[in-house]
Amino acid sequence: MATIINIPHEKALEVKDFQFTYNGTTEPSLKEISMPIAKNSITALIGPSGCGKTTLLRSFNRMHDLYPGNRYEGLIEFKGRNILEPKEDLIQLRTCIGMIFQKPTAFPMSIYDNVAYGLRLQGIKNRSELNDRVEKALQDAAIWKEVSSRLKHDANGLSGGQQQRLCIARAIAVEPEVLLFDEPTSALDPISTQGIEKLVIELKEKVSIIIVTHNMQQAARVSDYTGFMYLGELIELGITEELFVTPKERLTEEYITGKFG
Amino acid sequence: MTAIEKRMLTNKIVMILSTLSAFIGIAFLLWILSILIINGVSAINWEIFAFEGAPPGHEESGLKHALIGQLIIISTATAIGVPLGILGGTYLSEYGQQSKLANIIRDISDIMMSAPSIVIGSFIYAVVVIPMGHFSGWAGVIALTIIMIPIILRTTDDMLQLVPSTLREAAFALGAPKYKVIINIVYRGAKVGILTGILLGIARVAGETAPLLFTSFNDNFLSTDLNEPMASLTVTMYNYATSPYEDWQNIGWAAAFILSMFILGLNIIGRLLIMTRKGK
Repeated sequence: MATIINIPHEKALEVKDFQFTYNGTTEPSLKEISMPIAKNSITALIGPSGCGKTTLLRSFNRMHDLYPGNRYEGLIEFKGRNILEPKEDLIQLRTCIGMIFQKPTAFPMSIYDNVAYGLRLQGIKNRSELNDRVEKALQDAAIWKEVSSRLKHDANGLSGGQQQRLCIARAIAVEPEVLLFDEPTSALDPISTQGIEKLVIELKEKVSIIIVTHNMQQAARVSDYTGFMYLGELIELGITEELFVTPKERLTEEYITGKFG
Repeated sequence: MTAIEKRMLTNKIVMILSTLSAFIGIAFLLWILSILIINGVSAINWEIFAFEGAPPGHEESGLKHALIGQLIIISTATAIGVPLGILGGTYLSEYGQQSKLANIIRDISDIMMSAPSIVIGSFIYAVVVIPMGHFSGWAGVIALTIIMIPIILRTTDDMLQLVPSTLREAAFALGAPKYKVIINIVYRGAKVGILTGILLGIARVAGETAPLLFTSFNDNFLSTDLNEPMASLTVTMYNYATSPYEDWQNIGWAAAFILSMFILGLNIIGRLLIMTRKGK
């Protein structure tokens, strides 16, 4: 049986008996997952490749709906409703729950237009309001100084680390309540990684963060809570320090001490 | 002869044979181009562009009617074929994806692309020309559009699929509705590829003669009415080049030269665009 701690924080999300099955398979890829996600905190999901951590992350903004035939069961509660309901407005949901991907996903347009993209989707047309919010997002993503003089340049001219910060700026520009990070530094060099980690920690004042990482040190460095997943199950969720120092489950201990994975 | 010497000799023979074959292929292309340039350039003068067709022996004889007819037919076919091809390709890549229906459409358009154009010409003859009772520019336009659509459809499909799915996901993750993801992100990412497909599609139909013989037929005078038979460079070239009159044959060379340069130009622009995309 999994060990899931109760969190003292207010909850941003609550997962209850959640199951997920990919199209064309009968065996669920995520089994009976229940966990709270603390508000204004960072929750890391760790585990070996194929354990389902990214699958779980992509359930929070219903990314799996882009491909036909995937099935959700159970409950993910967000602001008092179950977001797995078929009638959930996904466009609305995704503006509240943003996502940063493994590889930087700068759109083929200028730096400014990248950040303004989500704002324009929300119908903001006023030039000065757009300018203000783009600048603020770029500042919050700690990239303003580097790009302020070349906002009209193609975003693909930026380095990988800059592009990833641009993607973070783009995501926070629409002021989401939750941000999902899917291994955001796995394609970056150590210095860029450090920058992103620092940024993630700063961001938790405003948003609740869930970060999937294959790097245990990263989870230990940035997160408040850590969940260890294995073969589609959540084995243990605990306060990060406790989970890494005194894990309750034998599997967790074996994984963090490098016995498998 | 030792084993290693034998192997090196075989290598040399294969290399010489394959190099020779490559040069033979190139030599024919250069031969065609040089004959075209020699005969074409000398046949080109201002009268070609200033006058319509005239009987053999007539001084004021040119290709104005064929150039304008060609331009009208090709641009009308492009105006119809490009949006249909792009929308069809969008369906395949973004909506149909790997579904059965989408794959059937892909297979059919691949077959369509290699269908002999004369068959498409005779089809339009049967379903358009005969019911109308006469040849017309429109019949030619429809025939060329049918040839063009599968080319643009499949290039669009391929080019849209090259846009990384993570880019689409990133736009969806910001709360973008699907049509906006397609227009703002996918088209934008694939625009050079789509443009290349359009150019190659135009280049392909610009050289077609067989489907026009059955459909738009010919007119030795300038006509801009698509409801009437209309001249084209290809059919005019066929008529003039096969005539026994030397002045007509010269105009035929001029037509061949102009047409080849037009198609060569489109192809070169297409290739250059592909190169800039790869260079990124």
